Amino acid sequence: MSRPALALLPILIRRDRASLTATLLAPALALAAALILNLGLYVLLGRDPVAVVHAMLLEPFLSWASFSEVLLKTGPLLLIAQGLAIGFRAKVFNIGAEGQFILGAIFASALPIWFPQATGAWIWPAMLLLGAIGGALWASITAFWRVRLNANEILVSLMLSLVAAQLLYYLLLGPWKDPNGFNFPQSVMFQYDAMVPTLIPGTRVNVSLLIAFALSAAAWIFMQKSFMGYKLQVGGLAPRAAGYAGFNQGWAIWLSLLIGGFAAGLAGAAEVAGPLGQLQRSISTGYGYAAIIVAYLGGLHPIGIVVSAFFMAALYIGGDNAMVSANLPIAAVRVFQGSLLLAYLVAITFVRYRLEWRHAGHRNTS
Amino acid sequence: MSQPLLSLRGISKSYGAIRANQEIDLDVAPRSIHAILGENGAGKSTLMKLIYGVEQPDDGTAAWKGEPLSLASPAEARHRGIGMVFQHFSLFETLTVVENIQLVVPGRKAELTKRIRTLGRDFGLEVDPFAHVHALSVGERQRVEIIRCLMTNPKLLILDEPTSVLPPQLVNKLFDTLRRLRDGGVSILFISHKLEEIRAICDRATILRGGRVTGNVDPREHDAHDLARMMIGRDMPEPIPALPLSGGERRLEIIGLDYTPDDPFAVPLSSISLTVRASEILGIAGISGNGQSELSALISGETVLKREQADRIFMMGRDVGTLDPAARRELGFAFVPEDRLGRGAVPEMSLLLNSLLTAHPLKLLKHGLINRARAAAFTNDCIRQYDVRTRGPDAEAGSLSGGNLQKFIVGREIMLAPKLLFVAQPTWGVDVGAASAIRQRLIALRNAGMAILVISEELEELFELSDFIQVLHHGTLSPPLLAVNTKPEEIGRYMIGAEPAGEKASA
Repeated sequence: MSRPALALLPILIRRDRASLTATLLAPALALAAALILNLGLYVLLGRDPVAVVHAMLLEPFLSWASFSEVLLKTGPLLLIAQGLAIGFRAKVFNIGAEGQFILGAIFASALPIWFPQATGAWIWPAMLLLGAIGGALWASITAFWRVRLNANEILVSLMLSLVAAQLLYYLLLGPWKDPNGFNFPQSVMFQYDAMVPTLIPGTRVNVSLLIAFALSAAAWIFMQKSFMGYKLQVGGLAPRAAGYAGFNQGWAIWLSLLIGGFAAGLAGAAEVAGPLGQLQRSISTGYGYAAIIVAYLGGLHPIGIVVSAFFMAALYIGGDNAMVSANLPIAAVRVFQGSLLLAYLVAITFVRYRLEWRHAGHRNTS
Repeated sequence: MSQPLLSLRGISKSYGAIRANQEIDLDVAPRSIHAILGENGAGKSTLMKLIYGVEQPDDGTAAWKGEPLSLASPAEARHRGIGMVFQHFSLFETLTVVENIQLVVPGRKAELTKRIRTLGRDFGLEVDPFAHVHALSVGERQRVEIIRCLMTNPKLLILDEPTSVLPPQLVNKLFDTLRRLRDGGVSILFISHKLEEIRAICDRATILRGGRVTGNVDPREHDAHDLARMMIGRDMPEPIPALPLSGGERRLEIIGLDYTPDDPFAVPLSSISLTVRASEILGIAGISGNGQSELSALISGETVLKREQADRIFMMGRDVGTLDPAARRELGFAFVPEDRLGRGAVPEMSLLLNSLLTAHPLKLLKHGLINRARAAAFTNDCIRQYDVRTRGPDAEAGSLSGGNLQKFIVGREIMLAPKLLFVAQPTWGVDVGAASAIRQRLIALRNAGMAILVISEELEELFELSDFIQVLHHGTLSPPLLAVNTKPEEIGRYMIGAEPAGEKASA
């Protein structure tokens, strides 16, 4: 009997329970797959794959200067991803962390721009707090429309990111432009007290990395131990069970978006009050979007995210290196990030499913 | 017996560690109605899926009219002349009857319409070919499913629990159809766990228990008691007697409730009135799809009334129409929903975490954090007291069988010690032994003073449990009938709307 070729392909069978092995293996497999795919692309581009691998994956760890830059990038990615992961677990898809990051930077910058003469050790903490509030407020617009009109939060938050970018350009080209800045779209340089203290002398790594680690611990307690975190997860896994138990879904949406906005805003504030020292056009290099990948690669688990944030930061630095030393196009890093996420999403299918080949043994008719 | 139409030898099928079918032998004679009898989980559905080619056996052989038969796919089965009517219909509600049939059977519309009419006349399967499926009753939909199977001229028709969706009067009509089909040369495999029906219509019965054949008899020569013993392997437990009614306080009262859902395919409810008192069980009969889920959600608080609709739903004397489920639970309300996975429990979470879903007020939290020790103690209690078969509190809810998960959810809700307990379909998918344990527990709770509301499709269950029965049909509720003075046929008349709902139900 002839059977269609499709029937020869294996089929997906749901596992009785989630596989821990597959959970731990998925990021490694995804990385391997993305690496092979991208190296193939580099070869097609006519680049030397060995040099690219060296520049991208090894150089970030070979000198203290580059490694400290990896740590510097880890901070914002970690903060944003932890906030987003909480929402993702509740199936609230805040894709607009980029905009919330920008608003955080704007809110934080307001203080040193309006009070350039102010002094005191309170300024940088106040800026971080303002930034976090700014990010949360920006996210609250999305939450409002989602709860009120059931407007899709993915679209609203994403489009608000574009609005946020325009708002930033307006401020930098208009009211907040540095009068002595030769017409560059950037603000004045902030005073000394508006800068987050350096953590490791001789590098740009500052205290905000510690804050990111502290908030990671807080996220772990919130998601794994607290009843509020539990309610969010129920809402994400089984919305009808949440309704049955009387967990308010509108509340869950507000909370998810506010936490995500808070964390992204904080990261934005730490960026202007840290390595940049002023508000400028290029405050974010796609952190808000990269953090989505970080959150998923870390399995939406606070500890996994610490690892994946570090890895993604290394990839940023390595990508920069590769652009210079291996002459890769600027899009190469983005392509790598994207293929990594895609490979990971395929790989995590096997946490809950396994493949089964339709064997022919049963057709032993007599 | 002459050469059997279908003959199975040593058919086995395992799902992981579960051996759903072991060494099954089965012979279906031509022109016979053959029952497959067994409890939930006995392996009936698995066997039918193997015969229809939905799943493939691990071992064993099959023969069709003496020739080897490979059970590769449903398409293959249909080609050989095997048709199947599933318990859950697969019809498109927005299409007409003939359009639905056209999707599976080749042919021009006019021609198909003619054949539908002919089949309807010959076998008592009258249905309007141009009616939209959403406008049809459950009985009519079943007829459409059967007609769709008959269009391919099958020699063997498999019917999976066909009577579970029908009121008593329509069951007889279905039986008449089946007899006519048999006389027309079609063999029928009739799956059921209802003993009286099988005795009424079947020529032969194969009884399954725990995946094995435990009997192969002529059902007309055995009484229901015998068949039950073969089915469950022991005698049925005796029901415990209910104490007389006490006329306790009103724990749930619904007064003249009208409700129009937003969903156009949901059933609107009109002038619903009911009362449940302490020490009383009210049973709501009726076929699913007559407003049961809408009424459940209104009582549980998953659907909240608008502010204008005050004074419609009262619990423990308070107007709760606008309160959410959590607030109603605080008043002493507990609820077992009809769907367990995804509503009564989160499949991906452990039983321990599923305990928290509704039992968190029982001090399972400490300063907003989960108190794992107490939650584990609660879960272990529930597993022990309600005989939940599982690895332990860390097992995922989705890994339990339907019956065991139901026992867990029922246990969890009873352990909340509610004043008012609402159970929708208490024993769906639960095996006979566990089902009677659940029913006994409900009666004991009623005797201890709890007010209990039960929605069920099983009339026998309602008669065993209830003090009063009301029937839900097309979104309206019959007046309450005292269960001891009521016959199943009277309920059946309300179930098909034969008797007008009459005056508003007097609560």
